[in-house]
Amino acid sequence: MRYLPHTDVEVQQMLDCIGVSSMEDLFSGIPENCRLQKPLDLPAALSESEVMSQLKVLAEQNSKISDWDAFLGGGAYNHFIPTVVDHLVSRSEFYTAYTPYQPEISQGTLQAIFEFQTMICQLTGMDVANASMYDGASACAEAVLLTVRAGKKRRKVLLSEALNPQYRETVATYCRYLDVELVDIPFQNGVTDQSALAACLDDQVASVVVGYPNYFGQVEDIAAIAEMAQNAGARLVTAVSEPLALALFKAPGEMGADVVVGEGQSFGIPVSYGGPGIGFFAVKKKDMRVLPGRLVGETVDLEGRRGFVLTLATREQHIRREKATSNICSNQGMCTLMVGIYLALHGKQGLRQLAEINYAKAAYAKAQIGRLEGYDIAFSGEGFNEFVVICPEPVADLKRRLEQDGILAGIALGRDFPSLERGLLVCVTEQNSREQIDRLVSALAGGEV
Amino acid sequence: MISTEGRGLVLDEKLLFEQSQPGRVGYSLPTLDVPAVTPEKQLLRDDIKGFPELSEVDVVRHYTRLSTWNYGVDSGFYPLGSCTMKYNPKVNEAAARLPGFAEIHPQTPEALNQGALELMYNLQRDLGEVSGFPAITLQPAAGAQGEFVGMLTIRAWHEAKGQKRHKVIIPDTAHGTNPASAALCGYEVITVASEGVLSKAAVAELMDDDVAALMVTNPNTLGLFESDIREICDLVHERGGLVYSDGANLNALMGISRPGDIGIDVMHFNLHKTFSTPHGGGGPGAGPVGVVEKLEPFLPKPVVIKENDAYKLDYDRPESIGRVKSFYGHFGVLVRAYSYILSMGGNGLKRATEMAVLNANYIRARLEDEYDLPYKQRSLHEVVFSEAALANNCHTLDVAKRLIDYGYHPPTIYFPLVVHGALMIEPTETESKQMIDEFCDALLAIAEEAKKQPEKLKMAPVRAKVKRLDEATAARKPKLIWEKD
Repeated sequence: MRYLPHTDVEVQQMLDCIGVSSMEDLFSGIPENCRLQKPLDLPAALSESEVMSQLKVLAEQNSKISDWDAFLGGGAYNHFIPTVVDHLVSRSEFYTAYTPYQPEISQGTLQAIFEFQTMICQLTGMDVANASMYDGASACAEAVLLTVRAGKKRRKVLLSEALNPQYRETVATYCRYLDVELVDIPFQNGVTDQSALAACLDDQVASVVVGYPNYFGQVEDIAAIAEMAQNAGARLVTAVSEPLALALFKAPGEMGADVVVGEGQSFGIPVSYGGPGIGFFAVKKKDMRVLPGRLVGETVDLEGRRGFVLTLATREQHIRREKATSNICSNQGMCTLMVGIYLALHGKQGLRQLAEINYAKAAYAKAQIGRLEGYDIAFSGEGFNEFVVICPEPVADLKRRLEQDGILAGIALGRDFPSLERGLLVCVTEQNSREQIDRLVSALAGGEV
Repeated sequence: MISTEGRGLVLDEKLLFEQSQPGRVGYSLPTLDVPAVTPEKQLLRDDIKGFPELSEVDVVRHYTRLSTWNYGVDSGFYPLGSCTMKYNPKVNEAAARLPGFAEIHPQTPEALNQGALELMYNLQRDLGEVSGFPAITLQPAAGAQGEFVGMLTIRAWHEAKGQKRHKVIIPDTAHGTNPASAALCGYEVITVASEGVLSKAAVAELMDDDVAALMVTNPNTLGLFESDIREICDLVHERGGLVYSDGANLNALMGISRPGDIGIDVMHFNLHKTFSTPHGGGGPGAGPVGVVEKLEPFLPKPVVIKENDAYKLDYDRPESIGRVKSFYGHFGVLVRAYSYILSMGGNGLKRATEMAVLNANYIRARLEDEYDLPYKQRSLHEVVFSEAALANNCHTLDVAKRLIDYGYHPPTIYFPLVVHGALMIEPTETESKQMIDEFCDALLAIAEEAKKQPEKLKMAPVRAKVKRLDEATAARKPKLIWEKD
């Protein structure tokens, strides 16, 4: 086997050195009643060429987004990834390393994370960001737990119904046995209903969680919601599933959000059937010591040279065990690197211009579809990349009809939002050309594509 | 050859922000082919203060240089105990990057992504065969999330039976994630002392009607198989509890023993350990969970099922604990693990386990005269020494740092907590006898240095990019982001 270097002669030499007569003796610590009495029922080993052929057969049965006119978002976004990103993350000094526990030989990973933390803070308008969480949904759940921890005896969390439903489900799973009461706040015209929110805010509320942009692509009034939450002594958690919006719209930190979490997949990570992505997590200074996850800090070595280390570990499970701020013991290392490289390439101007292109494309699509007989744009507020279309026919039928024309029209909202039974969530990014958008519009109208 | 000689070129590199030049760009964007419009002004942000402005060349050189300061499995031997730093096959990387895997959107209708679902279905089946569990979820993002899912499943099962149990028993040798995951499920953690392995008597003493589960790691973090595990499982089951096993050390068992056959009810896998997917400098990993049949209804949704020759995502699971992340798991990592299983085959996986155990025992045999071995039972895939035999007040940390000068990544240190100054060495199966010999020679040379020139240990490392770093100040005065002076 090409990954196993031992020759028969070497195996014998090693057994002799150990002082046992056979391989079997090495397993003498496993009682007989715990031993597997048959070979594993798995196929025989394949050569590298056979492995690749088998996997290609599976891969070819899938639908690459580039083969379609795809208007799918809903928490995973199709953005162009510059060639440089994969070239750099393919350097195996990065991807074959472990968590940087030995800082002297991990300065590459550590500096890259320090830069990532900095860029997340710059983008979100926050003070401290961690080295990342699994994804946006689990980061959102961890944010809720942070606010409950920090909110002392407050055990109620208000979740906007316009928040990504997968984030809401994940929050519910994390809180399942933790004596936290989750209360749904309805939306009005696609954004969190502020009067309903006001009615639910009391001295038991630890936090309010809203999306920005929310699941419908709508831009919430973070400043107003932050003020309402904070006047009631609660924290505001802002969850961002399309962070490119933050290059265009005001940063949540600037508008008073206490915690900003989100999904960073948009920044250079392939959609890859929904994972891995990366959760980012940022707070204000006051919550630095209750933050979950890994943190990298700057320090100096014995000779005064700048260096970076993992720090504030006393929050973490390997030290605090059951009293830790989270059970997480990793970050999304490779994905932080992808995000870092992507953001560094686009920089201050590029990210803004890319966001403007995305905004204009979605606005164009929205305007064209809005003009079609029978179709309505559900919500009138300002949005980014995604918008909800109310369709004249059942959405499942419409989607199937458009698939015949090579179009993946969007996400049917009926399952998650009964009030939007005819709702279709359409996503447009810089990857959708005007021709693609025009084909979508024409197909929706029932015309020639 | 063991040596602390050699030269390398280690150059400094500023932070991205310090290299930034106003107006410099590293991107190219498509021409806008629709009318330009912008949102209302009061919603717009100012420019992103401090954000870098760099050329593509700047960015490429920056990260290339950073990579040279890192040590990975491809750089050399990486014997981190409990982390299973085996070689990460390159074909796995190519597989995950196939456009038919990397460029598929999770919201695409299931009928259009049958290949991806088939791969996940097959992987569920294969992991089930290796572990002996009839049901597998691939959703958890990492080992710790797998623990959380497993413990939630246990709690949901008890609650469905109308049982309120509040405690979980965990041995003192456990990873810190175990108690942290149990706490996240609202459980109180009861620590049980072990003497190398867990005794049935010790568990019996703590086991009562309020204990929901026993959470073990097998083989444990000392590399020892829990020899009473069957009897302990029987005991816990008799009193209405369940047994969780942390699969961190599954690399010691493939083809030898299956947790699902010996009384374990739930186990998580670490695909980034046992199944060769890269650790990525901290992640992403993947932490699938296997369960016995009665726990299957409680697994996260969706799960991949096969119906009438078609693969689909099943959301109709009323007893499910729900989801723990978006979509279906770390699909890109699942592809790599599946590629590994195809490459190894059943016999190859067993051979991997045998060679991993052989390597660990060989290291033990070569070092046990010089380094103190507190637990003398027959160990499997890893060996744990203490610092007791080190001369001149040298400590485990000093040995670890000196190993860097010899060109090796240090072992896991100061864990498990039950060993004073633990040096936890897990070589894995992908290291050759020569590599292991050189590493042992280095550790023997370091033990000699401790006797004659202890300052060499105390000052180490001297050949890395930086010398020992001031971690105390980093924690006392945290500087967690770059700020313009």
